[in-house]
Amino acid sequence: MTEGGRRGGDAPSLAPQAWRRLSPALWLAIALVLIALGLAVVVGPVAAGQATLNGLVGAGYFALGAVGLTLVYGVLRLVNFAHGDMLTVGMYIAIAIMALGISFWPAAVLAMILTALIAMLLDRIMWEPMRRAQTSTLQLFLVATGLALVLRYSVQFFAGSQVRTVGLDTISSVDLGPWHLGRLQLVVMLVGLVTIVLAGIALRYTRLGKEMRAVADNIALAEVTGIDTRRTIRVTWLVSGAMAALAGILYAASIGSINPNFGFTILLSLFAAAVLGGIGNAYGALAGGIVIGLSQEWATLFFNPRWKPAIGFAILILTLLVMPRGIFGRKKARS
Amino acid sequence: MSVEFWIGVGVIAGIYAIFVLGLQINVGFTGLLNLGQAGFMSIGAYAMGMLVVDAGWSLWAAMPVAIAIAVTAGLLVGLPSLRLRADYFAIATIAFAEIVRYTFQNAGFAGGNQGIIGYDAEWRALAAWLLHQLAHLGLGGITQLPLFLAVWFCFGLCLMVLRLLAASPWGRVLRAIREDEDAAAALGKNVLVFKLQSLAIAAALAAIAGFFLALNVTYLYPSEFDPTFTFLGYAVLVLGGYASYGGVALGAVLLWSLMEGLRFLHLPISDGQQGSLRFVLIGLALILLSMLRPQGLLGRKAEMRLRR
Repeated sequence: MTEGGRRGGDAPSLAPQAWRRLSPALWLAIALVLIALGLAVVVGPVAAGQATLNGLVGAGYFALGAVGLTLVYGVLRLVNFAHGDMLTVGMYIAIAIMALGISFWPAAVLAMILTALIAMLLDRIMWEPMRRAQTSTLQLFLVATGLALVLRYSVQFFAGSQVRTVGLDTISSVDLGPWHLGRLQLVVMLVGLVTIVLAGIALRYTRLGKEMRAVADNIALAEVTGIDTRRTIRVTWLVSGAMAALAGILYAASIGSINPNFGFTILLSLFAAAVLGGIGNAYGALAGGIVIGLSQEWATLFFNPRWKPAIGFAILILTLLVMPRGIFGRKKARS
Repeated sequence: MSVEFWIGVGVIAGIYAIFVLGLQINVGFTGLLNLGQAGFMSIGAYAMGMLVVDAGWSLWAAMPVAIAIAVTAGLLVGLPSLRLRADYFAIATIAFAEIVRYTFQNAGFAGGNQGIIGYDAEWRALAAWLLHQLAHLGLGGITQLPLFLAVWFCFGLCLMVLRLLAASPWGRVLRAIREDEDAAAALGKNVLVFKLQSLAIAAALAAIAGFFLALNVTYLYPSEFDPTFTFLGYAVLVLGGYASYGGVALGAVLLWSLMEGLRFLHLPISDGQQGSLRFVLIGLALILLSMLRPQGLLGRKAEMRLRR
């Protein structure tokens, strides 16, 4: 079934539908560029460009973390409070694999696979039975909270609660004209942005991607159209887990050090990205992640960097107050 | 040591019990998933601390004003966010709590990471007098006992008031909103106002819990109010049971006895690992209870419904 058809439009209305879907993205991109240009005028191009570069580094892990959160929201109808800790689990698995003598990037790929499998296993033993039993929002929330505690403190049990360095070269940097960026941060930025684009393309054009979006949008409708929802849900968890692990790894690589609480502390920024993009909307989460990453760094041009995480919360609250459906969302958000 | 130790545990359990009474009226009786309770608690505690230390108020005058400030915060948070769907409301409230915590951590007026100290002189004077009186009963020497008695006395008072409220027509409207808010609205009840009142009461209870927390730790520090406090509060809630105020006390005592009792098992692991293990077990308990006995130990299943 075609995109336009799923949205209830007839074939002739396909073009305006596509335009309407594109327009918020275009609108957002124009707004971000204008803000960047405005900042360049206010604080000078060097400072503004540097903040933008740093922001794009963050955009990668926020977007990848948020896309898993939003896809799973569609499956569970609940924001998964354990998602932040999946980032932590992914990174610490990577560290454990590196301890075996495997170098960073292969370890990262292995960690993504293992975290994806953990996410799917958790669906099998916890989420699927709960879905079948049609449990209440409250129960789902409590189970997610419990799982978050189990994951975070299991990591802490085995790895200790101390801050640990990732053991990567975080010192050497590259000059890009007047701007500097850590060599590793540049890699993080590229991996993040490339994965965002690939994820966007996969969601847009592959059959599985379409099915995942359909399930996230409305499970019952997806099932009626003949999608094997159980299989799609499993794949959704796999993707969500792998993306979470990658986000955690990119975060750790760009910061250079982590502790077992880091996933939980950036969870609210991931919520912010998902809500900003319209919860349940995968493109929206990717776009929202870019906005959160950029605005947190842009904010440091005016505020003490200590306030950086608060910017994400402020955007979250503003979005909920002003346009709770988010930029891309169409779902009813008010009760 | 042992009596003193368990009295200390009882103090913490009592603080949680008052804190969770607020969650109970929101979650168990109104159907609101309030995740900002730690935020209201820190606003109450910091308002009290700042009124005493910075403004030179008496502790006893500062407490009611701090409750009023926390209630105002509850109304300000609730007015826009209660119009949102249940899950969005949950996210909005936790974001609020985190903003509060970051503000106290980073803003100059709240002492930042150094925190606030020196607000409890009047309480310590009263506690010393109480301790002296207790000595006549042969209970002298247990320094935490006055605070223990004060916390649980206060819990008892709050419990009585809440039970009266729950049995009143007002309480029945709250439950009607929990069951079916459209039906309640159709009967002419202003749903938003009732939800606001429920949230305001929760904020007041959080502030009271915050006072006792402040008196127990003797200095205010932002990380005491991180979201873990709220999440542990939910563990107490699910352990005790939904729509049961008495269950809250049971849940709080059980949770903290288990948490602290684990120390005496002498497991062959480090102290840090033992600390982690406590939270792993609480997480497991939360998962298993929610899946197997969602109404909690003393809760009633018929009362357990949140809008999906």
